[in-house]
Amino acid sequence: MNQPIHGPHAHSSAQLGALMLQVMLALAPATLYSFWLYGWPAFNLWLLCLVSALFWEALFLALFHKPVGAHLKDGSATVTAWIMALCLPPWAPWWLAVVGTFLAIAIIKQIFGGLGQNVFNPAMAARVMLLIAFPVEMTTWIAPEAVAISPPDITSGLAITFQGLSALPDGYSGATLLDAVKNQSAQGDPVSATLSHLDYRPTDAIIGLRGGSLGESTSALLLLGGLYLLWRRVITWQAPLGLLLGAAVPAAGLSLAAPESYPGGVFHLLAGGLMLAAFFIVTDPVTAPITARGRFVFGLGCGLLTWLIRTFGNYPEGVAFAVMLMNSTVPLIDRYIKPRIYGRTRKGDPLPITEGRTS
Amino acid sequence: MLVSILPLAGLGTLLGFLLGVASRVLYVERSNVAREIEELLPGTQCGQCGSPSCGAAAEAAAAGELPPAFCPPGGRAVAEAVAGKLGLPLDLASLVDEQPRLAEINEDICIGCTRCYKVCPTDAIAGAAKQMHVVFADACTACGKCEEVCPTGCIRLVPVTETLQSWAWNQPSL
Amino acid sequence: MFSPRLRGGVHPPGHKELSNASPIRRFPLAERLYLPLQQHLGAPATPIVKVGERVRKGQLVASSQGTVSAPVHAPTSGVVRALAEHTAPHPSGLPVLAITLEPDGREEWDPSLAPVSDPLALPPEELCLRVGSAGIVGLGGATFPAAVKLGSSLKRGVDTLILNGGECEPYLTCDDRLMQEEPESIIRGALLMQHAVQARRVIVGIEDNKPHALAAIRKAAEGQGVEVRSVPSRYPMGSQKQLVQLLTGIELPAMSRAADSGVLMHNVATARAVYQALCQGRPLISRVVTLSGQALTHQGNWEVPLGTPASYLINYASGFDCAPARLIMGGPMMGIQLPDLNVPVIKGTSGILALTRKEINTDEPGPCVRCAGCVRACPMGLQPLEMAANIRNGDFEKARSLGLDDCVGCGACSYICPASLPLVHLFNYAKGELASRQREARKMEKTRALAQRREERLVRQAREREELMAARRAAAARKAAGEEGPS
Repeated sequence: MNQPIHGPHAHSSAQLGALMLQVMLALAPATLYSFWLYGWPAFNLWLLCLVSALFWEALFLALFHKPVGAHLKDGSATVTAWIMALCLPPWAPWWLAVVGTFLAIAIIKQIFGGLGQNVFNPAMAARVMLLIAFPVEMTTWIAPEAVAISPPDITSGLAITFQGLSALPDGYSGATLLDAVKNQSAQGDPVSATLSHLDYRPTDAIIGLRGGSLGESTSALLLLGGLYLLWRRVITWQAPLGLLLGAAVPAAGLSLAAPESYPGGVFHLLAGGLMLAAFFIVTDPVTAPITARGRFVFGLGCGLLTWLIRTFGNYPEGVAFAVMLMNSTVPLIDRYIKPRIYGRTRKGDPLPITEGRTS
Repeated sequence: MLVSILPLAGLGTLLGFLLGVASRVLYVERSNVAREIEELLPGTQCGQCGSPSCGAAAEAAAAGELPPAFCPPGGRAVAEAVAGKLGLPLDLASLVDEQPRLAEINEDICIGCTRCYKVCPTDAIAGAAKQMHVVFADACTACGKCEEVCPTGCIRLVPVTETLQSWAWNQPSL
Repeated sequence: MFSPRLRGGVHPPGHKELSNASPIRRFPLAERLYLPLQQHLGAPATPIVKVGERVRKGQLVASSQGTVSAPVHAPTSGVVRALAEHTAPHPSGLPVLAITLEPDGREEWDPSLAPVSDPLALPPEELCLRVGSAGIVGLGGATFPAAVKLGSSLKRGVDTLILNGGECEPYLTCDDRLMQEEPESIIRGALLMQHAVQARRVIVGIEDNKPHALAAIRKAAEGQGVEVRSVPSRYPMGSQKQLVQLLTGIELPAMSRAADSGVLMHNVATARAVYQALCQGRPLISRVVTLSGQALTHQGNWEVPLGTPASYLINYASGFDCAPARLIMGGPMMGIQLPDLNVPVIKGTSGILALTRKEINTDEPGPCVRCAGCVRACPMGLQPLEMAANIRNGDFEKARSLGLDDCVGCGACSYICPASLPLVHLFNYAKGELASRQREARKMEKTRALAQRREERLVRQAREREELMAARRAAAARKAAGEEGPS
């Protein structure tokens, strides 16, 4: 006899593909703006990331005998590649994109079991691996002012993407804010002097006049995208708030104690990939805890670790490492932070029966 | 060169020696696994596994001669329990997925010969000479001994018919 | 300050407007009525009529068996044509024993039925008994025999009686219309139940998407000592545990009955049935059923005699606009798929829905991305995705330790899952597996004990035979010695 169909027979309009589309929509303003800032090579890099990610995903789905069409359509590989592209230097060579997406999609995602089974955030893990393997290419930043003065046209853009660093014309590269502050502080210069030397104003970071990876360009547009996702209930507010607090509060505290050695909370919030991480990286559902409190703790840990690595670690930017470290603690967080079941105590025993005399 | 080889070799030897000592000093006595496995089995000595008794089957399983899914009347529950006790992976495909069965007497053909109830290991058949015999469903383990001895073939193992009370949802296909 | 909220829950589109504007109409008699002997939780009723017997309307045709059971009464006068198996209103489509009644059209009432002139003067125990003999069960869908619940609540002593006017399932509007059209019956029934269990306080909880029902009940409840409260319209607000917590602040402990915490809850339709039984002498022989869904031509509410086949109901009342993609008995969240339309309307049939393809979910399940939408939606505070992952791996014990037994099966998690995972199906499958394993384990213990007893008996019999043989041999030897001796 045919087995009957189990309820519920109604369903909400929530669908995986729709969620991914919302995320891409939220990323679009910041991405388009960074294309404008950095020119054709940035666009080539982004496109290459998406295409190669889809290629690797299709290849490994076929290798694992999973339905290729259905899984490609859900957009998860596209979103992973997009976020990874935003973490790369804007004029990175083509092979960085291909290797990076291979690491993210094939190694971190598919080999762990496919969508929903990976422990580490694929974009962040890939960025870490690329950083360690190719430190020079991953730290060749481009100064937006130089691009604004003489933007490369399509052909030179293609040349830059496909011929790599050797084709990089002079005068384009520059350090990020975090780079500069870290190097100068190491040499003993006070922070305020470094910042005034660089003519730093917080508004610059907001509208992206400082160098960095593709996605670090503009905090304002990223914040806008994040608020859109919050409004549409695609993401929840606990992880982003945790990240921002975890980075800003210790930074502000230490900066109050020693303002010349440590930059303040606002600086950290606006510098580097923190805004991108807050709304698009720590909110990745697969690698984050499943309870609201758990997600807050997760975000807090990411923010704190980011600040620690930036301030006391060897690397100027710590978001990727922080996220990977906190990803490994997620099973622990999920084990200890659980919702309380109705009718039971926190430990799981039934509540005591009281002769209810209601008011 | 020697400076790097000697300490490592010495360390390896020392640690290996410590491990050997620990494996003797901290040795855990294995309890009688065969006894524990026998506790899990139905105990009807039906012989469907090929062993003469449940105890013998338990010994064979503990020795690794029988796979964990050796007991057909025990079904999936017993197979999983035995596999769990022995720490072996359970090959569910090897479980003959029979539906639960019960002995049923065709009252038209029963001659009241009394052979079946004498061999039933759980006394699940009630009857007397020249009287109709009847099977108590909740005591029958479908071991098949009655079917073997019946001269008229009136008692057979039949699949249990599903009722509203026994019906359950299937496993969703994913 | 803050209006009370439901923990978790989802907000599916209600589709109430399809049927909530049409008043309840009386449904005529079908050619054949099929009355299953089991329309309630507990032991099936035993038939007391024979084939060919003529029965009157409201006459007892099957009496309850045991403590947890309910009797069945004839919905109309006629002749018992058969006592046979009929398709049960159950997803399996398995048969159930049912009395086939052929109405004679005369609607002759059973003369022994009589209303009670002053039911509130009766002792509470008597009220409970009369409710039981009227065959009243929980009409919200659970169909638990009302008399058993009232009786045990009376013994236990409850403080608060709650009437559930939530009706949180989409499409269903039978309780809504009943509250609008017969509010006095409902309030009278509530007062009768209050007397039956000696409760101190009566609260009626109605979802705020039913403003007319709220107004009507408020008016009928004036001066009767009955509180009427509006509750947020969210699914599953009508679930017992959630409604009790919202109205009284009491959180029912796990694995306990509501009566243990001093609360008794009944559906508004059950209250009306109690009123009809005591004040009109009428047993439970019909109920209001919502016919809805876009595949039907005319949606609406009907007072249907029990036993009416669903096919007859739909053909007479509406007919199909298009072929339905799914037929459901109950609501779309917790209702069951009907095997076919031959099933009869029973005491627990709150609605029959014929849904089009657009109204149901046809997506294939995808991979779980741990979005935790299910955790947010679960009103019981469980972690559906973790339980589902363990069940898929076959680890049912782990799923149970995560709280599988606390799942009420509301379906909010499956509703919200973006991957369309069959979460509640997995949970019910696991519950069934665990129950059958428990049964198998108990049976195995029992048969092992039987086998051991038989072994001991055989050994004992062999020993006795040996002793008997030895005694006989000894006696024969003595006899032989005695013969040889003296000679």
